[in-house]
Amino acid sequence: MSTAISFAGTEFAYVGTRVLGPVDLGVRTGETVVLLGESGSGKTTALRLANALLMPSTGTVSVLGRTTAEWDPVDLRRSIGYMIQEVGLFPHFTVARNIGLVPDLLGWDRSRVTGRVAELLELLRLEDSLATRLPHELSGGQRQRVGVARALAADPRILLCDEPFGALDPLTRRELQAEFRSLAEALGKTVLFVTHDVREAVSLGNRIAVIDAGRIRFEGSIDEFDLSTDALVVALREHG
Amino acid sequence: MSLLDYLAANRTALLARTLEHLGLVGLSMLIAVAVGVPLGIAITRHARLRGPVLGFVNVFQTIPSLALFGFLIPLPLLGGIGARSAIVALVVYALLPIVRNTYTGIVEVDDTVEEAARGMGMTDRQVLRMVQLPLAAPVILAGIRIATVVGVGIATIAAAIGAGGLGVFIFQGLARVDTVTILAGAVPAALMALALDGGLHLLEKRLDWRRK
Repeated sequence: MSTAISFAGTEFAYVGTRVLGPVDLGVRTGETVVLLGESGSGKTTALRLANALLMPSTGTVSVLGRTTAEWDPVDLRRSIGYMIQEVGLFPHFTVARNIGLVPDLLGWDRSRVTGRVAELLELLRLEDSLATRLPHELSGGQRQRVGVARALAADPRILLCDEPFGALDPLTRRELQAEFRSLAEALGKTVLFVTHDVREAVSLGNRIAVIDAGRIRFEGSIDEFDLSTDALVVALREHG
Repeated sequence: MSLLDYLAANRTALLARTLEHLGLVGLSMLIAVAVGVPLGIAITRHARLRGPVLGFVNVFQTIPSLALFGFLIPLPLLGGIGARSAIVALVVYALLPIVRNTYTGIVEVDDTVEEAARGMGMTDRQVLRMVQLPLAAPVILAGIRIATVVGVGIATIAAAIGAGGLGVFIFQGLARVDTVTILAGAVPAALMALALDGGLHLLEKRLDWRRK
Protein backbone atom coordinates (compact mmCIF):
# COMPACT_ATOMS: atom_id res chain seq x y z
CA MET A 1 0.00 0.00 0.00
CA SER A 2 1.42 3.37 -0.94
CA THR A 3 1.69 6.36 1.35
CA ALA A 4 -0.65 9.23 0.52
CA ILE A 5 0.56 11.70 3.14
CA SER A 6 3.85 11.55 4.97
CA PHE A 7 5.47 13.78 7.53
CA ALA A 8 9.25 13.35 7.62
CA GLY A 9 11.14 15.11 10.40
CA THR A 10 8.52 17.83 10.14
CA GLU A 11 8.76 20.77 12.48
CA PHE A 12 6.82 23.99 12.57
CA ALA A 13 7.93 27.04 14.50
CA TYR A 14 5.96 30.23 14.97
CA VAL A 15 7.94 33.37 15.80
CA GLY A 16 10.84 31.27 16.98
CA THR A 17 8.85 28.88 19.18
CA ARG A 18 8.47 25.31 18.01
CA VAL A 19 4.78 24.37 18.12
CA LEU A 20 5.08 21.07 16.27
CA GLY A 21 7.61 18.34 15.81
CA PRO A 22 9.72 16.75 14.89
CA VAL A 23 6.94 14.54 13.57
CA ASP A 24 7.22 11.40 11.47
CA LEU A 25 3.90 9.99 10.36
CA GLY A 26 2.58 8.23 7.29
CA VAL A 27 -1.02 7.95 6.14
CA ARG A 28 -1.47 5.03 3.75
CA THR A 29 -3.73 5.24 0.75
CA GLY A 30 -7.30 4.42 1.71
CA GLU A 31 -6.89 4.48 5.47
CA THR A 32 -8.15 6.89 8.10
CA VAL A 33 -5.60 8.17 10.59
CA VAL A 34 -6.90 10.16 13.51
CA LEU A 35 -4.64 12.71 15.17
CA LEU A 36 -5.89 12.79 18.73
CA GLY A 37 -4.88 15.60 21.04
CA GLU A 38 -5.94 18.46 23.28
CA SER A 39 -6.30 21.98 21.93
CA GLY A 40 -2.86 23.49 21.58
CA SER A 41 -1.25 20.08 21.04
CA GLY A 42 -0.30 20.97 17.47
CA LYS A 43 -2.83 18.73 15.73
CA THR A 44 -4.43 21.49 13.68
CA THR A 45 -0.98 22.78 12.76
CA ALA A 46 -0.12 19.32 11.44
CA LEU A 47 -3.27 19.29 9.33
CA ARG A 48 -2.57 22.73 7.88
CA LEU A 49 0.91 21.59 6.91
CA ALA A 50 -0.67 18.89 4.75
CA ASN A 51 -2.46 21.36 2.47
CA ALA A 52 0.25 24.00 2.51
CA LEU A 53 -1.75 26.53 4.53
CA LEU A 54 1.44 26.35 6.60
CA MET A 55 4.90 25.35 5.42
CA PRO A 56 7.26 23.33 7.65
CA SER A 57 10.21 25.15 9.21
CA THR A 58 12.25 21.93 9.05
CA GLY A 59 11.63 18.61 7.34
CA THR A 60 8.98 17.92 4.74
CA VAL A 61 5.36 16.96 4.25
CA SER A 62 4.66 14.89 1.14
CA VAL A 63 1.25 14.48 -0.43
CA LEU A 64 0.70 11.98 -3.26
CA GLY A 65 4.42 11.67 -3.85
CA ARG A 66 5.35 15.34 -3.91
CA THR A 67 6.45 17.59 -1.06
CA THR A 68 4.17 20.53 -0.30
CA ALA A 69 7.04 22.79 -1.38
CA GLU A 70 6.98 21.15 -4.83
CA TRP A 71 3.21 21.42 -5.21
CA ASP A 72 1.55 24.59 -6.37
CA PRO A 73 -0.42 25.32 -3.17
CA VAL A 74 -3.63 26.17 -5.03
CA ASP A 75 -3.50 22.94 -7.10
CA LEU A 76 -2.70 20.93 -3.99
CA ARG A 77 -5.67 22.36 -2.07
CA ARG A 78 -8.08 21.83 -4.95
CA SER A 79 -7.13 18.15 -5.03
CA ILE A 80 -7.79 17.66 -1.30
CA GLY A 81 -11.17 17.71 0.44
CA TYR A 82 -11.09 20.04 3.44
CA MET A 83 -13.50 20.07 6.38
CA ILE A 84 -13.06 22.37 9.36
CA GLN A 85 -14.60 23.28 12.69
CA GLU A 86 -17.75 25.39 12.39
CA VAL A 87 -17.92 24.09 8.80
CA GLY A 88 -16.85 27.36 7.18
CA LEU A 89 -19.65 27.33 4.63
CA PHE A 90 -19.79 30.52 2.59
CA PRO A 91 -22.76 32.32 4.17
CA HIS A 92 -23.64 34.23 0.99
CA PHE A 93 -23.55 31.17 -1.30
CA THR A 94 -26.52 28.84 -1.68
CA VAL A 95 -26.08 25.22 -0.63
CA ALA A 96 -25.63 24.24 -4.28
CA ARG A 97 -22.96 26.86 -4.87
CA ASN A 98 -21.14 25.87 -1.68
CA ILE A 99 -21.06 22.23 -2.72
CA GLY A 100 -20.04 23.02 -6.27
CA LEU A 101 -17.26 25.40 -5.30
CA VAL A 102 -14.17 23.31 -5.99
CA PRO A 103 -15.56 21.93 -9.27
CA ASP A 104 -16.27 25.56 -10.19
CA LEU A 105 -12.72 26.59 -9.31
CA LEU A 106 -11.46 23.69 -11.40
CA GLY A 107 -13.42 25.04 -14.36
CA TRP A 108 -15.96 22.24 -14.78
CA ASP A 109 -18.79 23.26 -17.10
CA ARG A 110 -22.08 24.28 -15.55
CA SER A 111 -24.10 21.16 -16.33
CA ARG A 112 -21.40 18.87 -14.94
CA VAL A 113 -21.29 20.91 -11.71
CA THR A 114 -25.10 20.84 -11.41
CA GLY A 115 -25.13 17.08 -11.94
CA ARG A 116 -22.42 16.54 -9.36
CA VAL A 117 -24.23 18.73 -6.81
CA ALA A 118 -27.44 16.70 -7.28
CA GLU A 119 -25.45 13.49 -6.82
CA LEU A 120 -23.90 14.73 -3.60
CA LEU A 121 -27.18 16.01 -2.17
CA GLU A 122 -28.51 12.50 -2.59
CA LEU A 123 -25.36 10.85 -1.24
CA LEU A 124 -25.55 12.97 1.93
CA ARG A 125 -29.32 12.49 2.19
CA LEU A 126 -30.08 16.19 1.76
CA GLU A 127 -33.37 17.14 0.15
CA ASP A 128 -33.16 18.72 -3.32
CA SER A 129 -35.16 21.68 -2.05
CA LEU A 130 -32.23 22.66 0.18
CA ALA A 131 -30.05 23.41 -2.84
CA THR A 132 -31.27 26.99 -3.14
CA ARG A 133 -31.14 27.77 0.59
CA LEU A 134 -28.47 29.80 2.34
CA PRO A 135 -26.45 28.07 5.08
CA HIS A 136 -28.03 30.07 7.92
CA GLU A 137 -31.40 28.61 6.97
CA LEU A 138 -30.21 25.06 7.70
CA SER A 139 -29.91 23.08 10.92
CA GLY A 140 -26.44 22.36 12.34
CA GLY A 141 -26.59 18.78 11.11
CA GLN A 142 -27.64 19.81 7.62
CA ARG A 143 -24.86 22.38 7.47
CA GLN A 144 -22.34 19.73 8.37
CA ARG A 145 -23.70 17.41 5.70
CA VAL A 146 -23.24 20.21 3.20
CA GLY A 147 -19.68 20.56 4.49
CA VAL A 148 -19.03 16.87 3.83
CA ALA A 149 -20.64 17.12 0.38
CA ARG A 150 -18.49 20.14 -0.42
CA ALA A 151 -15.32 18.32 0.60
CA LEU A 152 -16.23 15.35 -1.63
CA ALA A 153 -17.35 17.45 -4.61
CA ALA A 154 -14.35 17.15 -6.89
CA ASP A 155 -13.80 13.53 -5.82
CA PRO A 156 -10.48 14.16 -4.08
CA ARG A 157 -8.37 11.15 -3.05
CA ILE A 158 -7.55 12.75 0.28
CA LEU A 159 -9.74 14.35 2.94
CA LEU A 160 -8.39 16.57 5.70
CA CYS A 161 -10.79 17.03 8.60
CA ASP A 162 -10.35 19.35 11.58
CA GLU A 163 -12.99 18.44 14.19
CA PRO A 164 -15.74 18.89 11.62
CA PHE A 165 -18.41 17.46 13.90
CA GLY A 166 -17.35 19.30 17.05
CA ALA A 167 -20.21 21.80 17.15
CA LEU A 168 -23.01 19.24 16.74
CA ASP A 169 -25.23 17.79 19.44
CA PRO A 170 -24.10 14.30 20.53
CA LEU A 171 -26.85 12.43 18.70
CA THR A 172 -26.32 14.14 15.35
CA ARG A 173 -22.58 13.82 15.83
CA ARG A 174 -22.71 10.01 16.24
CA GLU A 175 -24.99 9.73 13.24
CA LEU A 176 -22.72 11.79 11.02
CA GLN A 177 -19.60 10.01 12.25
CA ALA A 178 -21.06 6.65 11.27
CA GLU A 179 -22.12 8.00 7.92
CA PHE A 180 -18.80 9.67 7.29
CA ARG A 181 -16.96 6.48 8.13
CA SER A 182 -18.94 4.35 5.71
CA LEU A 183 -18.70 7.00 2.99
CA ALA A 184 -14.93 7.31 3.36
CA GLU A 185 -14.60 3.53 3.25
CA ALA A 186 -16.97 3.05 0.34
CA LEU A 187 -15.26 5.78 -1.68
CA GLY A 188 -11.77 4.59 -0.73
CA LYS A 189 -10.70 7.98 0.62
CA THR A 190 -7.49 8.59 2.48
CA VAL A 191 -8.40 10.58 5.57
CA LEU A 192 -6.36 12.54 8.07
CA PHE A 193 -8.80 13.45 10.83
CA VAL A 194 -8.05 15.71 13.78
CA THR A 195 -10.03 15.54 17.02
CA HIS A 196 -9.82 15.81 20.80
CA ASP A 197 -12.70 13.32 21.21
CA VAL A 198 -11.47 9.81 22.06
CA ARG A 199 -14.78 8.17 21.13
CA GLU A 200 -14.69 9.89 17.77
CA ALA A 201 -11.10 8.79 17.24
CA VAL A 202 -11.90 5.17 18.04
CA SER A 203 -15.05 5.10 15.93
CA LEU A 204 -13.51 6.71 12.83
CA GLY A 205 -9.86 5.72 12.74
CA ASN A 206 -8.02 2.73 11.32
CA ARG A 207 -5.08 4.08 13.22
CA ILE A 208 -4.68 6.66 15.95
CA ALA A 209 -1.77 8.97 16.56
CA VAL A 210 -1.82 10.68 19.95
CA ILE A 211 -0.23 14.10 19.82
CA ASP A 212 0.85 16.08 22.85
CA ALA A 213 2.93 19.26 23.07
CA GLY A 214 3.74 19.01 19.38
CA ARG A 215 5.04 15.42 19.47
CA ILE A 216 3.45 12.12 18.58
CA ARG A 217 3.40 10.09 21.80
CA PHE A 218 1.62 7.01 20.51
CA GLU A 219 0.82 5.60 17.12
CA GLY A 220 -1.00 2.37 16.39
CA SER A 221 -4.14 0.53 15.41
CA ILE A 222 -7.37 0.79 17.43
CA ASP A 223 -6.52 -2.55 19.10
CA GLU A 224 -3.10 -1.30 20.03
CA PHE A 225 -4.65 1.89 21.37
CA ASP A 226 -7.06 -0.16 23.48
CA LEU A 227 -4.26 -2.29 24.91
CA SER A 228 -1.55 0.32 25.31
CA THR A 229 -0.09 0.81 28.78
CA ASP A 230 1.37 4.20 27.86
CA ALA A 231 0.35 6.58 30.65
CA LEU A 232 -1.01 9.20 28.25
CA VAL A 233 -3.09 6.65 26.33
CA VAL A 234 -4.41 5.14 29.55
CA ALA A 235 -5.41 8.59 30.76
CA LEU A 236 -7.13 9.31 27.46
CA ARG A 237 -9.04 6.04 27.55
CA GLU A 238 -10.19 6.67 31.09
CA HIS A 239 -10.95 10.39 31.01
CA GLY A 240 -11.09 11.37 27.37
CA MET B 1 -40.85 86.78 1.78
CA SER B 2 -41.33 83.22 2.97
CA LEU B 3 -38.90 80.45 2.12
CA LEU B 4 -41.33 78.81 -0.30
CA ASP B 5 -41.95 82.10 -2.13
CA TYR B 6 -38.22 82.66 -2.35
CA LEU B 7 -37.60 79.15 -3.73
CA ALA B 8 -40.42 79.55 -6.25
CA ALA B 9 -39.05 82.89 -7.42
CA ASN B 10 -35.53 81.50 -7.71
CA ARG B 11 -36.35 78.02 -8.99
CA THR B 12 -34.03 78.19 -12.01
CA ALA B 13 -31.10 79.15 -9.81
CA LEU B 14 -32.16 76.58 -7.24
CA LEU B 15 -32.17 73.79 -9.83
CA ALA B 16 -28.80 74.85 -11.23
CA ARG B 17 -27.23 75.05 -7.77
CA THR B 18 -28.72 71.70 -6.76
CA LEU B 19 -27.30 70.03 -9.87
CA GLU B 20 -23.95 71.70 -9.25
CA HIS B 21 -24.02 70.43 -5.70
CA LEU B 22 -24.91 66.90 -6.75
CA GLY B 23 -22.14 67.02 -9.35
CA LEU B 24 -19.53 68.06 -6.76
CA VAL B 25 -20.61 65.35 -4.33
CA GLY B 26 -21.15 62.65 -6.96
CA LEU B 27 -17.84 63.12 -8.74
CA SER B 28 -15.86 63.35 -5.53
CA MET B 29 -17.52 60.20 -4.13
CA LEU B 30 -16.71 58.29 -7.32
CA ILE B 31 -13.07 59.30 -7.02
CA ALA B 32 -13.01 58.59 -3.29
CA VAL B 33 -14.43 55.08 -3.83
CA ALA B 34 -12.00 54.41 -6.68
CA VAL B 35 -9.10 55.38 -4.42
CA GLY B 36 -10.41 54.41 -0.98
CA VAL B 37 -11.63 50.87 -1.58
CA PRO B 38 -8.35 49.66 -3.15
CA LEU B 39 -6.46 51.42 -0.33
CA GLY B 40 -8.62 49.66 2.25
CA ILE B 41 -7.98 46.32 0.54
CA ALA B 42 -4.25 47.02 0.30
CA ILE B 43 -3.90 47.55 4.05
CA THR B 44 -5.54 44.17 4.75
CA ARG B 45 -2.81 42.59 2.61
CA HIS B 46 0.19 44.62 3.73
CA ALA B 47 0.18 45.16 7.49
CA ARG B 48 3.06 47.59 7.22
CA LEU B 49 0.96 50.06 5.21
CA ARG B 50 -1.91 50.05 7.71
CA GLY B 51 -0.56 52.59 10.20
CA PRO B 52 0.69 55.13 7.66
CA VAL B 53 -2.43 54.93 5.46
CA LEU B 54 -4.95 55.19 8.30
CA GLY B 55 -2.85 57.92 9.91
CA PHE B 56 -2.74 59.85 6.66
CA VAL B 57 -6.49 59.75 5.99
CA ASN B 58 -7.12 60.52 9.65
CA VAL B 59 -4.96 63.64 9.69
CA PHE B 60 -6.86 65.21 6.80
CA GLN B 61 -10.06 64.68 8.72
CA THR B 62 -8.79 67.02 11.44
CA ILE B 63 -8.23 70.00 9.13
CA PRO B 64 -11.19 72.38 9.34
CA SER B 65 -12.91 72.29 5.95
CA LEU B 66 -12.87 76.05 5.37
CA ALA B 67 -9.13 76.04 6.06
CA LEU B 68 -8.53 73.11 3.71
CA PHE B 69 -10.39 74.91 0.91
CA GLY B 70 -8.20 77.91 1.62
CA PHE B 71 -4.98 75.89 1.53
CA LEU B 72 -5.95 74.42 -1.84
CA ILE B 73 -6.45 77.77 -3.61
CA PRO B 74 -2.74 78.56 -4.17
CA LEU B 75 -1.82 74.96 -5.09
CA PRO B 76 -0.94 74.28 -8.72
CA LEU B 77 -2.62 71.34 -10.52
CA LEU B 78 -4.84 70.20 -7.63
CA GLY B 79 -6.00 73.57 -6.40
CA GLY B 80 -7.13 76.97 -7.56
CA ILE B 81 -10.45 78.76 -7.43
CA GLY B 82 -13.44 76.63 -8.34
CA ALA B 83 -14.72 73.10 -8.52
CA ARG B 84 -11.36 71.34 -8.78
CA SER B 85 -10.24 72.39 -5.31
CA ALA B 86 -13.65 71.57 -3.91
CA ILE B 87 -13.54 68.07 -5.35
CA VAL B 88 -10.03 67.46 -4.03
CA ALA B 89 -11.14 68.53 -0.55
CA LEU B 90 -14.30 66.41 -0.67
CA VAL B 91 -12.31 63.36 -1.77
CA VAL B 92 -9.86 63.86 1.07
CA TYR B 93 -12.68 63.99 3.64
CA ALA B 94 -14.43 60.98 2.13
CA LEU B 95 -11.37 58.75 2.28
CA LEU B 96 -11.38 58.06 6.01
CA PRO B 97 -14.80 56.38 6.29
CA ILE B 98 -14.34 54.52 3.02
CA VAL B 99 -10.82 53.23 3.72
CA ARG B 100 -11.61 52.37 7.32
CA ASN B 101 -14.86 50.58 6.55
CA THR B 102 -13.33 48.62 3.67
CA TYR B 103 -10.54 47.51 6.00
CA THR B 104 -12.88 46.69 8.89
CA GLY B 105 -15.42 44.94 6.68
CA ILE B 106 -12.79 42.61 5.23
CA VAL B 107 -11.00 41.95 8.51
CA GLU B 108 -14.27 41.08 10.22
CA VAL B 109 -15.14 38.33 7.75
CA ASP B 110 -15.33 35.12 9.80
CA ASP B 111 -11.89 33.46 10.03
CA THR B 112 -13.30 30.00 9.41
CA VAL B 113 -14.92 31.15 6.18
CA GLU B 114 -11.65 32.63 5.01
CA GLU B 115 -9.75 29.52 6.01
CA ALA B 116 -12.23 27.33 4.16
CA ALA B 117 -11.83 29.54 1.10
CA ARG B 118 -8.05 29.27 1.10
CA GLY B 119 -8.06 25.62 2.16
CA MET B 120 -10.30 24.72 -0.76
CA GLY B 121 -7.90 26.28 -3.20
CA MET B 122 -9.06 29.82 -3.89
CA THR B 123 -6.31 32.16 -5.01
CA ASP B 124 -5.88 35.40 -3.07
CA ARG B 125 -7.82 37.25 -5.78
CA GLN B 126 -10.65 34.73 -5.63
CA VAL B 127 -10.83 34.97 -1.85
CA LEU B 128 -11.14 38.74 -2.24
CA ARG B 129 -13.63 38.75 -5.10
CA MET B 130 -15.80 35.77 -4.15
CA VAL B 131 -15.71 35.89 -0.35
CA GLN B 132 -14.27 38.99 1.30
CA LEU B 133 -15.75 41.76 -0.84
CA PRO B 134 -19.28 40.31 -1.02
CA LEU B 135 -19.34 39.69 2.72
CA ALA B 136 -17.85 43.11 3.49
CA ALA B 137 -20.10 44.93 1.00
CA PRO B 138 -22.67 46.22 3.51
CA VAL B 139 -19.92 47.60 5.78
CA ILE B 140 -18.09 49.22 2.84
CA LEU B 141 -21.33 50.74 1.62
CA ALA B 142 -22.06 52.08 5.10
CA GLY B 143 -18.71 53.90 4.87
CA ILE B 144 -19.63 55.34 1.48
CA ARG B 145 -22.98 56.42 2.90
CA ILE B 146 -21.36 58.30 5.79
CA ALA B 147 -18.87 59.89 3.41
CA THR B 148 -21.68 61.00 1.10
CA VAL B 149 -23.85 62.54 3.82
CA VAL B 150 -20.87 64.40 5.29
CA GLY B 151 -19.84 65.39 1.76
CA VAL B 152 -23.19 67.05 1.05
CA GLY B 153 -22.65 69.24 4.11
CA ILE B 154 -19.04 70.08 3.41
CA ALA B 155 -19.83 70.85 -0.23
CA THR B 156 -21.92 73.84 0.92
CA ILE B 157 -18.67 75.45 2.11
CA ALA B 158 -17.14 74.95 -1.34
CA ALA B 159 -19.13 78.00 -2.48
CA ALA B 160 -16.60 80.05 -0.52
CA ILE B 161 -13.93 79.20 -3.11
CA GLY B 162 -16.19 79.69 -6.10
CA ALA B 163 -17.16 76.05 -6.66
CA GLY B 164 -20.89 76.83 -6.73
CA GLY B 165 -23.49 74.52 -5.27
CA LEU B 166 -26.19 75.21 -2.72
CA GLY B 167 -23.65 76.95 -0.49
CA VAL B 168 -23.97 79.96 -2.80
CA PHE B 169 -27.37 80.75 -1.23
CA ILE B 170 -25.96 80.26 2.25
CA PHE B 171 -23.04 82.65 1.72
CA GLN B 172 -25.32 85.22 0.05
CA GLY B 173 -27.69 84.98 2.99
CA LEU B 174 -24.83 85.36 5.45
CA ALA B 175 -23.57 88.46 3.65
CA ARG B 176 -27.05 90.02 3.66
CA VAL B 177 -27.99 88.74 7.11
CA ASP B 178 -31.02 87.20 5.41
CA THR B 179 -32.29 84.00 7.02
CA VAL B 180 -34.58 83.09 4.15
CA THR B 181 -31.71 83.04 1.65
CA ILE B 182 -29.59 80.95 4.05
CA LEU B 183 -32.44 78.50 4.39
CA ALA B 184 -32.84 78.37 0.61
CA GLY B 185 -29.41 76.73 0.53
CA ALA B 186 -29.52 74.83 3.80
CA VAL B 187 -32.92 73.13 3.49
CA PRO B 188 -32.36 71.65 0.01
CA ALA B 189 -28.88 70.52 1.12
CA ALA B 190 -30.35 68.80 4.16
CA LEU B 191 -33.03 67.15 2.02
CA MET B 192 -30.38 66.01 -0.44
CA ALA B 193 -28.35 64.46 2.39
CA LEU B 194 -31.44 62.66 3.70
CA ALA B 195 -32.38 61.36 0.26
CA LEU B 196 -28.89 60.07 -0.50
CA ASP B 197 -28.69 58.53 2.95
CA GLY B 198 -31.98 56.72 2.41
CA GLY B 199 -31.09 55.56 -1.09
CA LEU B 200 -27.69 54.22 -0.09
CA HIS B 201 -29.21 52.57 2.94
CA LEU B 202 -31.59 50.67 0.68
CA LEU B 203 -28.68 49.59 -1.51
CA GLU B 204 -26.78 48.51 1.60
CA LYS B 205 -29.68 46.28 2.61
CA ARG B 206 -29.92 44.79 -0.87
CA LEU B 207 -26.25 43.86 -0.81
CA ASP B 208 -26.59 42.13 2.54
CA TRP B 209 -26.45 38.35 2.02
CA ARG B 210 -28.83 37.81 4.97
CA ARG B 211 -31.69 39.35 2.97
CA LYS B 212 -34.58 37.05 2.26
